[in-house]
Amino acid sequence: MKTNKTINSLIVNGALAIICLCWTIPTFGLLVSSVRDRIDINRTGWWTIFPHKDWVSIEKIKPGPEVDRNQPMTFEGITATFEELSKGIETEDLRIKWIGNRRVGYLDVQKYGWTAASNFSLENYKQVLAGDDYTATLADGTTVTERGDNMNRAFLNSLAVAIPATVIPISLAAFAAYGFAWMKFPARKMLFALVVALLVVPLQIALVPILRDYVRLDLNGTFLAVWLAHTGFGLPLATYLLFNYMSELPRDILEAAFVDGASHFTIFTKLILPLSVPALASFAIFQFLWVWNDYLVALIFIGASPTNQLLTQRLAEIVGSRGQDWHLLTAGAFITMLLPLAVFFGLQRFFVRGLLAGSVKG
Amino acid sequence: MTSTTNGARSGQSNSRILTSILAIIPLLVSLAILVWGFFFLRDIQLAKDSNVPQIVTVVLAIIWGVGGVVLLFTTANFFIEQLPDVWTHRLQPVIFVGPAILMLVWALVIPTIRTLILSFYDEASINFVWFENFQYVFTNQGMLTVFRNNLMWMIFGTIFTVSSGLLIAVLADKSKFESFAKALIFMPMAISFVGAGVIWNFVYSVKPVDAPQIGLLNAIVVSFGGQPQAWTAFFQPWNNFFLILIVIWLQTGYAMVLFSAAIKGVPSEILEAASVDGATEIQIFFRIMIPQIMGTIITVSTTIVIFTLKIFDVVIVMTGGQYGTSVIATEFYRQYFTYNNNGVGSAIAIILLIAVTPVMAYNLRQFAQREAF
Repeated sequence: MKTNKTINSLIVNGALAIICLCWTIPTFGLLVSSVRDRIDINRTGWWTIFPHKDWVSIEKIKPGPEVDRNQPMTFEGITATFEELSKGIETEDLRIKWIGNRRVGYLDVQKYGWTAASNFSLENYKQVLAGDDYTATLADGTTVTERGDNMNRAFLNSLAVAIPATVIPISLAAFAAYGFAWMKFPARKMLFALVVALLVVPLQIALVPILRDYVRLDLNGTFLAVWLAHTGFGLPLATYLLFNYMSELPRDILEAAFVDGASHFTIFTKLILPLSVPALASFAIFQFLWVWNDYLVALIFIGASPTNQLLTQRLAEIVGSRGQDWHLLTAGAFITMLLPLAVFFGLQRFFVRGLLAGSVKG
Repeated sequence: MTSTTNGARSGQSNSRILTSILAIIPLLVSLAILVWGFFFLRDIQLAKDSNVPQIVTVVLAIIWGVGGVVLLFTTANFFIEQLPDVWTHRLQPVIFVGPAILMLVWALVIPTIRTLILSFYDEASINFVWFENFQYVFTNQGMLTVFRNNLMWMIFGTIFTVSSGLLIAVLADKSKFESFAKALIFMPMAISFVGAGVIWNFVYSVKPVDAPQIGLLNAIVVSFGGQPQAWTAFFQPWNNFFLILIVIWLQTGYAMVLFSAAIKGVPSEILEAASVDGATEIQIFFRIMIPQIMGTIITVSTTIVIFTLKIFDVVIVMTGGQYGTSVIATEFYRQYFTYNNNGVGSAIAIILLIAVTPVMAYNLRQFAQREAF
């Protein structure tokens, strides 16, 4: 019975560990690659950072002028002609190869043994953030200059969009949720049914008419345009979640306050808002992650204006135009993930609560 | 005597009316400030020769957006509280609920009607063409591929997300490392689809046959003696699976969290009774656990079906909708913004809306049955 239990728990934990590993490896590979040298990323897999057996250069021999290159030569105990050497010669644990031409070339001596890639730096981040031109020396000695990307600007833009696009819908929704929960007025039920119906409406249906309004107002390409759109799209869920929470607050507290002659506004600001902090926090995290990670709304309302583009847009643009520049892509992707991951791990409890409260998003 | 009281009363109500009129001033001023801020922000952002440092714009924008809402509600409330009590009571709900409803009507209700109208007009929105756009959408060969792809997304995306979420929730429930394991599985939910696209593009990346592979999947295939493949481009329509896998990776965390909570809600007496009666773990899972959490399974499945129906970013970033991977949302974007075809674009959006109406109807019915309202 006891051994049965041990075997069971071994299977459970083993299976769980394998699944977790599979889930984490893609992100881990990205993170590792983002700090590797730009040439290394394209030449070897990121897993070469782990100890493995491979050929490693241990020595470069420059034969002096006295060596007759037309006769068989002896290096490291291997005797061979120039032609054989330039093809490369391999013994049990040694590999020797002539690099370059017959007169001024050199010999690369490699040994087979344990090694691990260890050329790490934050150079990729500098390049993708600062937008400077970047000069690198390639293996064959030539230098290339490439342009980087100015993601730090996009990072600020994303903040400028995400903070108001989180706070505005929450404030509007908090007032509305209080109204629905604690006030009597005509058409109250019908209006709330509207909120419920709008929960699952796909936002694609609204994009083009709103875009036309923006064109008329000359609002395209501004943060304002994106806030208003996100406010509209986020409101149904925000109102719904906050209503569910507020309507379940104990009725006696409110009645006592009314008897004391407090107005709705006072009760709302002094009593209900502080009590609703958990619900407000979970929706805030939800909306913030949603806006920060959004691509479609930004793509349509901010468009190609390079000064106002958000992080997701910049990243998508690098994917489109420089899809093989893995040093930019890996570092860039990680920059877009920094803040959401911090928010997520810091406030996971609230986030989970928000999910459990119902998360049908339009 | 009476005349004086009357005079005093009318004087009182006169002064009351005066305060009411004066009380509207803060509201008007704050409205004016908001409107002025609106145009100010728009102009400093749009000006080509703007020298305003970006950080200043950002801070101003945040102050306007956040402060504006607070200012508007405070002054509006101040105004109506000065009105006669009857009017305070009548107008208070308008202050509280009005702004949100206005916003919803502007952002979702009216656009839906406008899109519906546009879907009956031709590509330039000039001539009324009845159902021609819908007819095109349902008969065009490319569009049929699009619908097939969305169906694949909905079926396989939902099945795999739900089953892997359930499996992990059950395993984690029995493990000592529950919270750690759940945090790892859940983490992708914080990553944007564009970011996830980059992560998986890297996993799928392909190099020529004779070069070392830097993509994990191809490296594994090659180490087993296979040929490196461009996973998202070949094997149509199966390349869609490599895109669906990304969404499974992203959304399993969500399914897991909901299932985990549901499993913990199953009364332990039932499970113990079953186990005393000699039921195996497998039997307990299928005969007791699954029926007990059926409600959650339906909720999660519905959410993921809606989600996959609207999938956009992943496809755009991974393939741009090429190689037979286009879906409804990417086709919508292409019709509107690449071909400038308002008619067909709107028709696709309407189809998307019709596809979610069963869920909408279900939600409304649940709401109508609620007693508290």
